[in-house]
Amino acid sequence: MTCLPIPTSGPQKKLGLVIDLDICVGCHACAVNCKEWNTGGHSAPLTDMDPYGQDPNGVWFNRIHSFEVVDEDNDSRTVHFPKSCLHCDDAPCVTVCPTGASYKREEDGIVLVDADKCIGCKLCSWACAYGAREYDEDAGIMKKCTLCVDRIYNENLPEASRVPACVSTCPVGARSFGDLNDPTSDVSQLVADREGFDLMAELDYKPTNKYLPPRPKQNEHTVSASNKPVALTPVSTEKAGLLAQWADKVLSL
Amino acid sequence: MGFFPTSKQEDVDTSPHVSDEVKTTTCYMCACRCGIKVHLRGDQIRYIEGNPDHPVNKGVLCAKGSAGIMQHNSPARLQKPLLRTGERGSGEFKEIEWDEALELAGGWLGKIRAKDPSKLAFFTGRDQSQSLTGWWAAKFGTRNFAAHGGFCSVNMAAAGLYSAGGSFWEFGEPDWDLTKYLLMFGVAEDHDSNPIKIGLGKLKGREGTKFVSVNPVRTGYSGIADEWIGIRPGTDGLFVFSLIHELLKAEKIDWDYLSRYTNAPWLVIQDPGAADDGLFVRDAEDNPLCYDADKKTLISANNPDAKPSLAGEYTLPDGRKAVPAFHLMAERYLDTQYSPDAVAEQIGYSADNIRRIAAEIAHVAFEEQIELDVPWTDWAGRKQEKMIGRPISMHAMRGISAHSNGFHTCRAIHVLQMLLGSIDVPGGFRHKPPFPRPCPPGPKPAGHDSIANTPLPGMPLGFPTGPEDLLVEPDGTPKRIDKAYSWEYPLSSHGMMHMVIHNAWKGDPYPIDVLFMYMANMSWNSSMNVQGTIKYLTDKNEDGSYKIPKIIYSDAYNSEMVAYADLILPDTTYLERWDAISLLDRPICSAHGPADSIRQPVIKPDRDVRPFQDVLLDLGARLGLPGMANEDGSPTYPGGYSDYITNHERTPGVGPLAGWRGKEGDQTGKGDPNPDQLQRYIDNGCFWSDEFTPEQSYYKFANRSYLDRSKEMGWIPKAERIVMHIYSEHMQKFRLAAQGHGENQPPDVLRSRIEETFDPLPIWYMPLEEKAYDGNEYPLHAITQRPMHMYHSWGSQNAWLRQITAQNRLFINEITAQKQAISDDDWVWVISPHGKVKTQVKLMSGVNPHTIWTWNAIGKRKGAWGLDDKAPESNKGFLLNHIISELLPPRKDGYRYSNSDPVTGQAAWYDLRVRIEKCDELEEGLTEPMQDAVASLPNAPEQIAVLRYGADFSEKRGSTTTSEEEIKTPTLKTTTEDLLGEKS
Repeated sequence: MTCLPIPTSGPQKKLGLVIDLDICVGCHACAVNCKEWNTGGHSAPLTDMDPYGQDPNGVWFNRIHSFEVVDEDNDSRTVHFPKSCLHCDDAPCVTVCPTGASYKREEDGIVLVDADKCIGCKLCSWACAYGAREYDEDAGIMKKCTLCVDRIYNENLPEASRVPACVSTCPVGARSFGDLNDPTSDVSQLVADREGFDLMAELDYKPTNKYLPPRPKQNEHTVSASNKPVALTPVSTEKAGLLAQWADKVLSL
Repeated sequence: MGFFPTSKQEDVDTSPHVSDEVKTTTCYMCACRCGIKVHLRGDQIRYIEGNPDHPVNKGVLCAKGSAGIMQHNSPARLQKPLLRTGERGSGEFKEIEWDEALELAGGWLGKIRAKDPSKLAFFTGRDQSQSLTGWWAAKFGTRNFAAHGGFCSVNMAAAGLYSAGGSFWEFGEPDWDLTKYLLMFGVAEDHDSNPIKIGLGKLKGREGTKFVSVNPVRTGYSGIADEWIGIRPGTDGLFVFSLIHELLKAEKIDWDYLSRYTNAPWLVIQDPGAADDGLFVRDAEDNPLCYDADKKTLISANNPDAKPSLAGEYTLPDGRKAVPAFHLMAERYLDTQYSPDAVAEQIGYSADNIRRIAAEIAHVAFEEQIELDVPWTDWAGRKQEKMIGRPISMHAMRGISAHSNGFHTCRAIHVLQMLLGSIDVPGGFRHKPPFPRPCPPGPKPAGHDSIANTPLPGMPLGFPTGPEDLLVEPDGTPKRIDKAYSWEYPLSSHGMMHMVIHNAWKGDPYPIDVLFMYMANMSWNSSMNVQGTIKYLTDKNEDGSYKIPKIIYSDAYNSEMVAYADLILPDTTYLERWDAISLLDRPICSAHGPADSIRQPVIKPDRDVRPFQDVLLDLGARLGLPGMANEDGSPTYPGGYSDYITNHERTPGVGPLAGWRGKEGDQTGKGDPNPDQLQRYIDNGCFWSDEFTPEQSYYKFANRSYLDRSKEMGWIPKAERIVMHIYSEHMQKFRLAAQGHGENQPPDVLRSRIEETFDPLPIWYMPLEEKAYDGNEYPLHAITQRPMHMYHSWGSQNAWLRQITAQNRLFINEITAQKQAISDDDWVWVISPHGKVKTQVKLMSGVNPHTIWTWNAIGKRKGAWGLDDKAPESNKGFLLNHIISELLPPRKDGYRYSNSDPVTGQAAWYDLRVRIEKCDELEEGLTEPMQDAVASLPNAPEQIAVLRYGADFSEKRGSTTTSEEEIKTPTLKTTTEDLLGEKS
């Protein structure tokens, strides 16, 4: 068993991601860019088994799921859902760890795996309800999203690049990074404005990462609630009449 | 909690060394040409990221670009020039030296050139150096050149360039910052990649905007659309006409815009049977005339003081009648055959919804008008206080393009935009430089004559404006091997690559001696009728010689096409080469201003390969081609492609790159070659860009300041206004020929086809294949898309991307499947009039019920792309191309037209009609047809079991290596598959 950091009285940072499900198009940019950064990063390598064979299967810290759901109006929609470690406050993957390998950093709340202590028992992957842990069967140890801990503070990179790879590469801008413990931060504001939610909140893991729900869509189901017209009013229904009327119009070049 | 001691936190290095060096260049993982920063560690790539300063991607990078490391390190990379030793198709080759390879190629090509240069068919695929390859073909003297545009998007390009003076994607974009309503038609995933995604993110982030996606399939972008219109494939034209019908009836059109900027007021002669029926009335100076409603007289439509009328019938001085082009258009689309009620069932969208969309569009265009406080001066020197914007924008691509009615449908979309006044206005669809250009932009296609050892007088691809520009013999026989610019496909401005192999095999219109191809996987996913194409490539004459005598092919990878060539010229990866993304070709400009860019080699090749463009220039010098060889026979560009990029001038002062021209590098657009130019590009992140002033930013077609600048840059020949063509007189000229007028006459058998399809106003007709076959026997449409993470990329050998998609399923609407008792994971036959293919099923609700679809180009041939013979790509993945015919059913006399748009020759691979049948249980598990594996190439790398890329970079645990090793313990796999067949 491993303890979570004991909350201190002073302000603590809770670094995490805010993911906008309204605009994620499921392009996998974040997943692949994460892979290429991290395969040479803190948890290197993100091993790929059978890379050119029958069952190519590697370590990914971030995966995208695309599926269809049916809402209350019986309206089916396609959802693109990126998923990585949510860096929970009450992280069962940490408390379940028998060696102390799995831990939550005091200074910023990032959940990491100490590779030197990990014995590859996989208890943490059983404990994580989000399926966010990635076992490297070649190395025999568990790996996971590091929130790019080797990037966000990295003085060898320009300041603008000191965000997780998934955030800097996302083409639609669906991913934001920041301190979710600071109510004035951009990410906290975003969560407040857009009613960001916890994934599977009922489990009470207190995930740091938040998801922003899709904005209400303007379509045939919602249009009646708006003031916009639902059909145009014909000036005339008769073709010849219209053309004759238009022939009298004087325009300019 | 404190019961268990907290273990000491590890000491994390939060500032590790990232790279020894960062080099900028341009991505080539698809066609979008984003700027990238490549982090290098020694001779290895540590990381590739988007360049934040770059005008295309502004720092973001898609999945493909992010997987560049794996593309660069692919085991499928070709290693050395290869000469075929076995039969064609066997994959048996021997390695040869470059000198031998180039001597062989030079020898074959030299013989042809000395006899009849058109015996060379030179076709390139997703070539980003077409201004070089086209020029090379012209200097060689062959008219038989094109790239993959005829397969891809010529309907979009031609329809736009003959109508709006610009086109979708490469030459235009929605005004992402100001648009309030985006109508996107048939955009296959990720076309174009990052700019659209950046734009959608912006659009959806603004209050009160709406995004409508018209697409039979709800994936990707359509998933985030406010409204998804799951239209029946090939019926978009009818939908657009019904919107136009509604707008006209309610008079929700921009009269001023139509009158000022389009040919709506131009008078059209109404004299059926006359040689000039349907042409514009012109004065002695060739000015089109309009009717001045104030002065009650005919007046030049180029006279800024004209007060034109847009409707009514007028009498010409010779007593004949004429009506404004707008009148003809309105008369057509006001007809009740285009009313929402008339088209609803056919397009699969209710009449009420069509009416609502029309109302929404009108509301945004006219009630939510934008006014920018930007004064500007129009073409006639008149000051305008504001820029009026109609914040409705449109974008369209593959789903419009790949149908045999796509040219007219795309023209219909442009006409709809013109009616709304939304082209190149704030909030609308914006041109990217060098567009707008006159409709069409010119020049005309060269290649009427094929003369020994003589260059063509111009470039092989161009824009015909009438029958006299066609490349045909006096009896109408096509002069080009692909039959482009013939009476069969008059406006085929991108050529017809999809017909080259068939026609060369058949010797129709004539046999060729050498087929020379680059980056074109023609024996697989870039051809319709894969089995047939393989037969054409391998078929022999009675004397044992191949029907296509010699095939030279250049590619960086062991694609399926490699096995069918006699000589392989191995290309480099995109990170090992120089390139110019040139304004002479398909530039990277945005609506904000012009831009171009380069690739620089960031890594040295570790194989005996050469950039294709270097090789082409080398061959050009060996052949003594003008412009590539000096008088003494020495090469003009001994430094290869980078030498050419720097020093070549197409016309005086205009070269491949527009930035830092002139000896001092202080000139833009035009100027002497600058020996330091490439370094200046590198210093700037490998691109050059410029911004228009606010007053030049919109209304470019009629904007004095913009037009002057466009002329200065060499984009347009004269700084004259560009009038958009609602009514196409160029089309009418072909129609008149079909009616028997003029010197250039089509063969009789083609007259009705031309008369019908060369309507000067957009029309809709049922896709040709759909019309030809029994709808009961083949009740379903079958279409494809590329997944976003592989769009326009060579993805299947990519170790990372193939983990996302390695098998493509057939997606069927749940209700449709239920009717045939088909469930998820079942195996089915997809049967078309041309053949059948076996695949595994995935059900979904977000697809038009009359349509099935799959991911394209996932299916691979065994032995190709460096994949194991057990790879899902070759065992379970499939190509729909197997069951698409490149030919339409025979005409009465047995002749078969290409399965293409009869206007442009665009391959109509979305016209496919099929039925599905459940497989027998015994047939399940493997796809069919399945080609035998091709032999592996000499010195191809061994399969690796574990890839530990990046292990070397970690300084903390630098002990592991990237070498090959066996997997010791088989472990439980927990892979699941989600909706889109992607592993998770």
